[in-house]
Amino acid sequence: MAHKHEVIVVGAGGAGLATALYAAREGADVAVVSKLYPTRSHTGAAQGGIGAALGNVEEDHWEWHMFDTVKGGDYLTDQDAAEVFAKEVIEAVLELEHMGLPFDRLPNGKIAQRRFGGHTKDWGKAPVHRAAHAADRTGHMILQTLYQQCVKHNITFYNEFHVTDVLVEDGVAKGLVAYELATGELHLFQAKAIVIASGGFGRIYKVTSNAYTLTGDLQAILYRKGLPLEDMEFYQFHPTGLYPLGILLTEGARGEGGILRNASGERFMERYAPTIKDLAPRDMVSRAMYLEVREGRGVGPKKDHVLLDLTHLPPEVIEKKLPDITEFSRIYLGVDPLKEPVPVMPTAHYAMGGIPTTLWGQVIRDENNTVVPGLYAAGEAACVSLHGANRLGTNSLGDLVVFGRRAGIHAARFAKDADYHELTEEHLRESRERIERIKNSTGKEKVAALRAELQQTMMDNASVFRTGELLAKQVEILKELMDRYKRISIDDKGDAYNTELVEALELGYLLEVSEALVHSALNRTESRGAHAREDYPERDDQNWLKHTLAYKVADGKVTFRYKPVVLGRFEPKARTY
Amino acid sequence: MQVTLKILRFDPAKDQKPTWHTYQVEAEPWDRVLDLLHKVKWDQDGTLAFRRSCGHGICGSDAMLINGRNRLACKTLVKDLGNVITVEPIRGLPVEKDLIVNMEPFFAAYRAVKPYLINDEPPPARERLQSPEERERFDQGTKCILCASCTTSCPVFWVNGTYLGPAAIVQAHRFIFDSRDRGKRERFKALGSGSGVWRCRTAYNCTEACPRDIPVTQLIEEVKRAILFDRF
Repeated sequence: MAHKHEVIVVGAGGAGLATALYAAREGADVAVVSKLYPTRSHTGAAQGGIGAALGNVEEDHWEWHMFDTVKGGDYLTDQDAAEVFAKEVIEAVLELEHMGLPFDRLPNGKIAQRRFGGHTKDWGKAPVHRAAHAADRTGHMILQTLYQQCVKHNITFYNEFHVTDVLVEDGVAKGLVAYELATGELHLFQAKAIVIASGGFGRIYKVTSNAYTLTGDLQAILYRKGLPLEDMEFYQFHPTGLYPLGILLTEGARGEGGILRNASGERFMERYAPTIKDLAPRDMVSRAMYLEVREGRGVGPKKDHVLLDLTHLPPEVIEKKLPDITEFSRIYLGVDPLKEPVPVMPTAHYAMGGIPTTLWGQVIRDENNTVVPGLYAAGEAACVSLHGANRLGTNSLGDLVVFGRRAGIHAARFAKDADYHELTEEHLRESRERIERIKNSTGKEKVAALRAELQQTMMDNASVFRTGELLAKQVEILKELMDRYKRISIDDKGDAYNTELVEALELGYLLEVSEALVHSALNRTESRGAHAREDYPERDDQNWLKHTLAYKVADGKVTFRYKPVVLGRFEPKARTY
Repeated sequence: MQVTLKILRFDPAKDQKPTWHTYQVEAEPWDRVLDLLHKVKWDQDGTLAFRRSCGHGICGSDAMLINGRNRLACKTLVKDLGNVITVEPIRGLPVEKDLIVNMEPFFAAYRAVKPYLINDEPPPARERLQSPEERERFDQGTKCILCASCTTSCPVFWVNGTYLGPAAIVQAHRFIFDSRDRGKRERFKALGSGSGVWRCRTAYNCTEACPRDIPVTQLIEEVKRAILFDRF
């Protein structure tokens, strides 16, 4: 079947829905293609808040927010992006409120705000109340509110459609191919503008806060086509994953006063970040936790985790402001946070890197910012680069509204003056052949087993601490896994709801984004933000104050180009807290 | 521990009607039912079809009838069920394949109550003010994840699929009692109609089924009262 829309958005999380909504408000005919029902998207799992310098609780300024974002990103953040962001996120939060988002309130009726990691007042002097929140389900409320507005604006949705190809020819984006889960049919979508907002790929790791469905599909599809992925070596591990499952426990728990403790009960963050302690940025806290465990101060029979202590907080603060994470702890571990500390360990959480874009979400193909006309990206799938080498907590929710809105507006305006491109059945061929190959294969390799090997080895060789030796080993492992992937076969040969086929396709994408990540990490011989090389422990601004663009040449073969960091009002300095 | 997992399966390409399939699965007491379904799919039979995404009860994909009760597979642990576990699709929506049902009627009911803030007054330059008490008034409904556990546990919905159902009414409640909303009259048209709140017979199945602990029946009663008082 063939479809035609001026603007087609891939993904129905916060970024996709914000994009769709603002494109529709610009008057464009908009459709959203998503592999899930929109409200299943993983924006709904975000908990703690959306940071904006509203100044409702105490003095705050967008310049402070910009500074924190740049410093939090270990100066790899593009400062033009950080400035646009810190200013516009204030307006974005107010617009969400106007759309009906049920933020928690202060006694004076204004939006309530809480402290969060790395968000400070007066250029780093002390933590600041900046994160606007709705209990510990802020992401859920953002997702719901944006979806409600899309319903109000009658936006067309293609739910449970898996995009299998983005048609970029002669340097121009022309359309999409998508596999309909219900029927197994391939659909051809013609579009004047395409916005990719399909989220991240935490499932490359064994322990992750990410949904099963976060497999980097669209990043991989573009990467296979020879388009670059930016800064893939920077992958964030959130400090407080519920041990051992990796389910997210919000940083807001520490924002409300929670404390991390090692086996002797010591508040160890005092040693690593004397000024803001447990509210240091995530990369630093995650490393500190790994070091505590490595040095024998871990908790439990295996001494392999630490504790998040909330027991000193008033019970009503926990029950009222952190109800969901309290429930997670009770259900999945049988631990009541009111009475005993919660076992935690870092969990793979967020890709700072992704599809490189301009400040308006236009996808670029090289270090000269050459735009791919008609192709856009926003949210975690994109790399603006707002987050640099390490994202601050709450800035993902801000990112998806601010840059989703920008991408939507720009895409709609671009579409007004653009023409549709001719597409034929021939454009379905690559997708059809890939699907038939998997369905007809009699190979001996199994999807679940290969995926488990990928996730375990990525965890062992390319997670919080890295070395050249282990990364080089992982390069070889990935080559072997990619080779074996060619011989996978599946049981389900049917057309309706063939979720096994989908998992097989997703594994292919996971391998691609892992390749981009590991090669980029091996290539960057310094430590910066979330990329911690034990063999190169220092930040090296002389050689590495630049963005990586990774291009796939063939399986196991990647080339690099580099894009300068946009500097500005904040000179790179040593990063201490 | 060894668990006997019985799954009511249906393949539209082959089966006239759903049939029970039994699997033996090695499990830990703290495993989620979702983990068991994955063990079957990944190790025994790749054709098993079910929806899931977040895996921790926040996305609403995996509502199923587990040991006779609607629950989320990712929020239900083996230790609370014992070593014989039955899993069926939620009831009242057409089964597409195995544990996957057609969600379109459910979302059509959701759309019918106008589930978005209605207020045409020009917004202020800053946020609209709302006291913590006003915010608290509609808090319960904001927890809803649209998993359909409530609606598909409702005996009225089973026999009359045109009933809007508990989830849509919870969504309406969330706006009707929001001090910023001006659209309750518009919503009352659908809610007060023959397929609206008066179908509810307060069976309380919905309240028991809700994985988010929303007092669903109470919210439905509050909407009934709001419609009644609005008439006088």
